[in-house]
Amino acid sequence: MSILIKNGRVIDPKSGVDEIMDIFLNGNRIDKIDKNIRTSGRDVHVIDASGHIIAPGLIDVHAHLREPGYEWKETIKTGTRAAAKGGFTSVVCMANTNPVNDNKSVTDYIIQKARAEASCRVFPCGAITKGLKGEELSEIGELYEAGIVAISDDGKSVRNSAILEKALEYSKLFGIPVISHCEDEDLSKGFVHEGRSSLLSGLDAVPAIAEQLIVERDITIARYVNAPIHLTHISSGGSVSAIQRAKKDYKKITCDTCPHYFSLSDEATLGFDTNTKVNPPLRGKEDVEAIREGLKNDTIDMIATDHAPHESTSKDVEFDIASFGISGLETAFSLSLALVRDGVLTLPELLRKFIVNPAKFLGLPCGQIAAGKTADLILFNLDAEWKVDRYSFLSKGKNTPFHGWKLKGKNLLTIVDGKIVYKDKSFKG
Amino acid sequence: MNWTKKDLLGITELTKEEILFVLDTAESFKEISKRDIKKVPTLRGKTVITLFYEPSTRTRTSFEIAAKRLSADTINISASTSSYVKGETLKDTAKNLEAMNPDVTIIRHSMPGAPHMLARIVDSSVVNGGDGAHEHPTQALLDLFTMREKKGTIDGLKIVIVGDIIHSRVARSNIFALRHFNTEIICCGPPTMLPPHLEELGVRVEYNLKKAIRNADVIMMLRIQKERGGVNYIPSIKEYSTFFGLRKEHIAGAGKDVIIMHPGPMNRGVEIMDDVADGPSSVILEQVENGVAVRMAILYLLLGRET
Amino acid sequence: MKSKVLLDKKAVERTINRIAHEIIEKNQGVEALKLIGIRTRGVHLAQRIKQKIEDIEHISLPLGVLDITMYRDDVFKLKSPELKKTEIPFDVNNITIILIDDVMQTGRTTRAAIDAIMDLGRPKRIQLAVLVDRGDRELPIHPDYAGAFYAANLGEDVMVRLNEVDGKDEVVVVIS
Repeated sequence: MSILIKNGRVIDPKSGVDEIMDIFLNGNRIDKIDKNIRTSGRDVHVIDASGHIIAPGLIDVHAHLREPGYEWKETIKTGTRAAAKGGFTSVVCMANTNPVNDNKSVTDYIIQKARAEASCRVFPCGAITKGLKGEELSEIGELYEAGIVAISDDGKSVRNSAILEKALEYSKLFGIPVISHCEDEDLSKGFVHEGRSSLLSGLDAVPAIAEQLIVERDITIARYVNAPIHLTHISSGGSVSAIQRAKKDYKKITCDTCPHYFSLSDEATLGFDTNTKVNPPLRGKEDVEAIREGLKNDTIDMIATDHAPHESTSKDVEFDIASFGISGLETAFSLSLALVRDGVLTLPELLRKFIVNPAKFLGLPCGQIAAGKTADLILFNLDAEWKVDRYSFLSKGKNTPFHGWKLKGKNLLTIVDGKIVYKDKSFKG
Repeated sequence: MNWTKKDLLGITELTKEEILFVLDTAESFKEISKRDIKKVPTLRGKTVITLFYEPSTRTRTSFEIAAKRLSADTINISASTSSYVKGETLKDTAKNLEAMNPDVTIIRHSMPGAPHMLARIVDSSVVNGGDGAHEHPTQALLDLFTMREKKGTIDGLKIVIVGDIIHSRVARSNIFALRHFNTEIICCGPPTMLPPHLEELGVRVEYNLKKAIRNADVIMMLRIQKERGGVNYIPSIKEYSTFFGLRKEHIAGAGKDVIIMHPGPMNRGVEIMDDVADGPSSVILEQVENGVAVRMAILYLLLGRET
Repeated sequence: MKSKVLLDKKAVERTINRIAHEIIEKNQGVEALKLIGIRTRGVHLAQRIKQKIEDIEHISLPLGVLDITMYRDDVFKLKSPELKKTEIPFDVNNITIILIDDVMQTGRTTRAAIDAIMDLGRPKRIQLAVLVDRGDRELPIHPDYAGAFYAANLGEDVMVRLNEVDGKDEVVVVIS
């Protein structure tokens, strides 16, 4: 099966290419990139990409696919379909499944399930500690051999500093990064950001320092043992400043933020809409500004989704007891394109945050449009206007605070391993 | 003016005109409670449900009396005896009740936003009887009614709210309401109990009780909200009482003709001493009396709203 | 919109005089009488009747003000059911009450007023005085004292204007 994508604006952030070109895909490889490619009449599927942009497929370093154990919230099948729709050709899935991905059999299960049913590549993340209990290290080597690309106790922090230190040191053996969810549990007994909005709503609130404290602790430990550390879903200005300062002397720090942290502030929680309940919480306007600034000055390397799908019964309850999380795969890219329109990032810079930096971080071979590379591509349009309708999400999780939002810019076509895994209804090419 | 709102979820949703309209309407209802036959036929045949997930004597009884004096039928549901203990969600409880066609449901809940959720689900009117630490609108309205009655006006008053403000829905609703008027609002309590950003609402923060109540026209004492974790914010009740309990000696340092208010229930000896609670400056029992009139006014306005 | 004057300023004054005299005559004196005016214009009328009785008998009768909104059978169909206070500064038990209103039509206002007074006590007797009776009853209730009578046709409305409220005294029939 071969595909010829004609006349698209090809942007490859790694090499800096940004030109109208044709791309010829043969099997699962990018065969040729050139102007006006002519094919030798074989069975070629021609796609007209005029007016659209072609880029490498996006890589999400943080998503929850909920399988095994929480299949009513999402499965690998439905989650990756959602990912493909959103423009993601690779997804790292977190370990807080049931059973927890702290051993080879769960990793094997995920990989096999993905092979059989997934619409995009799935890279499992293993747990740092057994059962995510924070007490004993998982058998990280065994997990590595089974195929994990990183370890994380995401959902919580590793409370015990000694355990985190051991995990950071030990994983140097396998060269896999530790992804850290930064949250001081004792300070974090609330549901929204502590600020003016929580004063008005009376909801139990969490100060931003609950995140910053652990960001600083984790960086300090990582630096001490000279191991890389990745801080995930950074939401507050204090954390951005801490990371910026630390990066001056210690380079092995990376971090990501999520679209909701640069698109919404805690004011969104004032109506008690549980779709705005997320951990870390939506922060104050100053923090939103700081996140945007952090993306601009490259303190924040990546944008991830922290896709957290939930069934409606766990969200359709009082705010205090509703589940935390936003189903983000299908809106992440479009929300991020607003950063380009707002002048926070150029389009290639945005694409670096979604493609080049994650690929480098995880040591993945993808993330580039070049002859001989695997054909993981997306075709998107910068001007396409659409309205977010959560009921038409491919994800089982309809929990989004962006329902009804009019967005500009949309992923229209996703190719993974040379095969079309998503084609938008509106795409006529 | 015409009342158009279906629900009373919070003071936040009311305009100053609407607040005053409730107070003016309540004046007419106060008179009924003084008669021999304390009933008017105005809400005859209407059904009022009180759905209380948190215990209450004062508020629930007050609403019940208000409804009955207007000739409405009342039904009381409390969480402990309802299907809640069997795991029924608020959403389902709401839908089941709605199927029985009530006209008004008054809900008290330990979590903010519960009345708002209820109001989205049901077509009938919803009154917030207290939602967690968020709002208690009828309490604020009766507090303002009492202030206006005793002082002749709300404008120009210096009002001091003392206590566990971070956990207090009474404090929030009162602050939201008083901000519409030309008032000086001071919040006093241990720093741990005063939420950050209070000053942004135009409120002055003062940790010292004596300083705070100097020249005060109204002192509103609040109870430590144990059920919302209030006790974890202070080393001990004894220490709290030493520094923030209102004593008779304090009154002399307050404004002339100061009135002492408390939403109840009181923890005598903790935030307020007997001789203050029962003293001549206390209007605590009048607050209760006014509560019935204000709640009658609310029920009347909601059910008679222009559609 | 046409209108014709039923009672002009002088006629209003004469009518009020006559009603005051009738009240005194029918009750053979005014000792046990108390007045209650129905808001809004009934109150001003009651004040004038009270004044007239005082001029004649040199006795000042107690006057109460009644707001019947809470007792109306159509309370929630009103455009703005604004409540005004009821202030009756006397005991209604065992006395004769003269209930005063400006216009009587269906009889429903009177019924509501009687219900309101009954909730306050048990009067010995209630008599009704109205400035204008425009017929068209829906309940079997009749005034004891009526100033003018006008059988209004379809499309006609009878309006009482009093100086205290409207700036002039007159009763007009408005044809819409």
